[in-house]
Amino acid sequence: MKQLLEKHFGKFWLALVYGFLYIPLFFMIVFGFNSTRQDAKFTGFSLRWYEALMRDNRIVDGFFVSLKVAAVTGVLSAILATFAAFVLVRYRRFLGRTVFSGMVNAPLVMPEVIIGLSLLLLAVGSQNAFGWPDRGLLTIIAGHTLLGMAYGMVVIQSRLLEMDRSIEEAAMDLGARPHQVFFLITLPNIFQAILAAFLLAFTLSFDDVVIAEFLSGPGVNTLPQVIFGYARRGINPTIYAAATLLILTVTLVIVSYAIWVARATRKREREIQAATRAEMAALSTP
Amino acid sequence: MALSSLPIPGKRFVIGVPYTWLFVFFLLPFLILTYISFVDMGSDISPFKPIWDPVSGVLHIKYENYLSIFRTEEGAPWFQTLYVEAYVRSIWYALVTAVLCLLIGYPFSYFIARSAPSVRPALLLMVMLPFWTSFLLRVYAWKGLLAEQGVINRAMMAVGIIDEPIRMLYTDISMLVGMTYVYLPFMVLPLYATLVKMDFRLLEAAYDLGTTPFKAFWLVTVPLSKAGVIAGFMLVFIPCVGEFVIPSLLGGPENLMIGRVVWDEMFTANDWPKATALAVTMIALIIVPLAIYYHYAAEEK
Repeated sequence: MKQLLEKHFGKFWLALVYGFLYIPLFFMIVFGFNSTRQDAKFTGFSLRWYEALMRDNRIVDGFFVSLKVAAVTGVLSAILATFAAFVLVRYRRFLGRTVFSGMVNAPLVMPEVIIGLSLLLLAVGSQNAFGWPDRGLLTIIAGHTLLGMAYGMVVIQSRLLEMDRSIEEAAMDLGARPHQVFFLITLPNIFQAILAAFLLAFTLSFDDVVIAEFLSGPGVNTLPQVIFGYARRGINPTIYAAATLLILTVTLVIVSYAIWVARATRKREREIQAATRAEMAALSTP
Repeated sequence: MALSSLPIPGKRFVIGVPYTWLFVFFLLPFLILTYISFVDMGSDISPFKPIWDPVSGVLHIKYENYLSIFRTEEGAPWFQTLYVEAYVRSIWYALVTAVLCLLIGYPFSYFIARSAPSVRPALLLMVMLPFWTSFLLRVYAWKGLLAEQGVINRAMMAVGIIDEPIRMLYTDISMLVGMTYVYLPFMVLPLYATLVKMDFRLLEAAYDLGTTPFKAFWLVTVPLSKAGVIAGFMLVFIPCVGEFVIPSLLGGPENLMIGRVVWDEMFTANDWPKATALAVTMIALIIVPLAIYYHYAAEEK
């Protein structure tokens, strides 16, 4: 009886919370296809908001700005996060380690408003001193990379920590040079995590509005900034259409990434099994 | 060969690259921020005055920007300034949001952790999916749902719960719904991580020894998941204090939070020293719970 209650309450609660999580997404998808500007009544199926979306230059331009910023941010973050994770996991002792680990982790708990504000002050200071850089793509990328690096570092760090060091030692015993060990052994081993870090930084950048608001210059607006501008003014089904396209893309990317990871894991397990079998066979034949 | 003595090439390079990056883009900006919070507001084109007067050689360190956070109109107590109220409001919303996330997220994470291992990855992916789709758009969607002529009001009227639409948008309700909605996954993930590691046989043992389910939950499950509760609480509370987007979209003029105040001082009032002093105070406020958390986490180990 007790268990029955728990079971049913459990299912009920899961359904309720998943409902809560998905209702806004469902709502946007449905009303993006609405034929009128109605918020609460579906008056008929139409693609007019998608058409409006494609014709809206500010949104289209913002999309390409965001794409550029997110791509560069993703790559930079993944590289810097790999470096930072490597430093924290492999170099136990060096001058300023505490400061370093503090600086890597701090952006995770720092409100975005403060990151944006302090980077703006840096940009203005540098502009006054050197006449460079103007606020725009570069400054937004710097801000996003700071955040993306911190998140990516966490992902790569945990992968590095659970990695089996004996393969690296084996490679070194067999005469591989340190850089060979890194590129042939370590890098392929943590590649999945680096890709995850890239994706994380990419989506963070593609999603961020606060840092971009502080660091963008005149004429350079990311997609979230454009949407934020529209959103403050009121309801606009064009935004729902944009949201639907975005939800579709993200779902596709994440689900295919999940499938890829699952497949890679299974493949690795099969290979380990095959290797173990081969070893057993070799041992049993005299 | 000892692990630490593995020859890794260019150790200086490997440390130097991220170190330099973080120094330039994190520490330096932060130092500039702190610096400006201690100087006078400038005049004309320059937004602030230098701290050091090259003619007289005198240092001008100004605490005025910090003091003015607490300065009120004649007669009113110090805690009734716009700024102090914005801080209090921010902390209050963050606290309530964290509690709501905990109340919704605890049973949720618990039941995911207790579900069959084969379905767990899918259930977790379903939590993550909305989390990966644009934060801004998900907040925006609530605008349409909560509006006076929106879906929720229409639905409640159709069912007959209410006769007239309730004003939900631009109130505490919409703020808290939006914040809880956005930050729920931050609570669920650490909670799940501790709950899934828990040995549920301990609960059975407790039942065998004659406890009621409630007592068993309170005396066994809750203490064992304390680390997750605290981590989740911090992960929700801290970003909520500085929240900027949700109050702008779902909050009314009476829901002004400190993130917005900093923005207004910076760009509308153009008072850079004030904006930076407010930001530094905000960091100080966040460091307190964070320090407690780290102290606690270190003790656990």
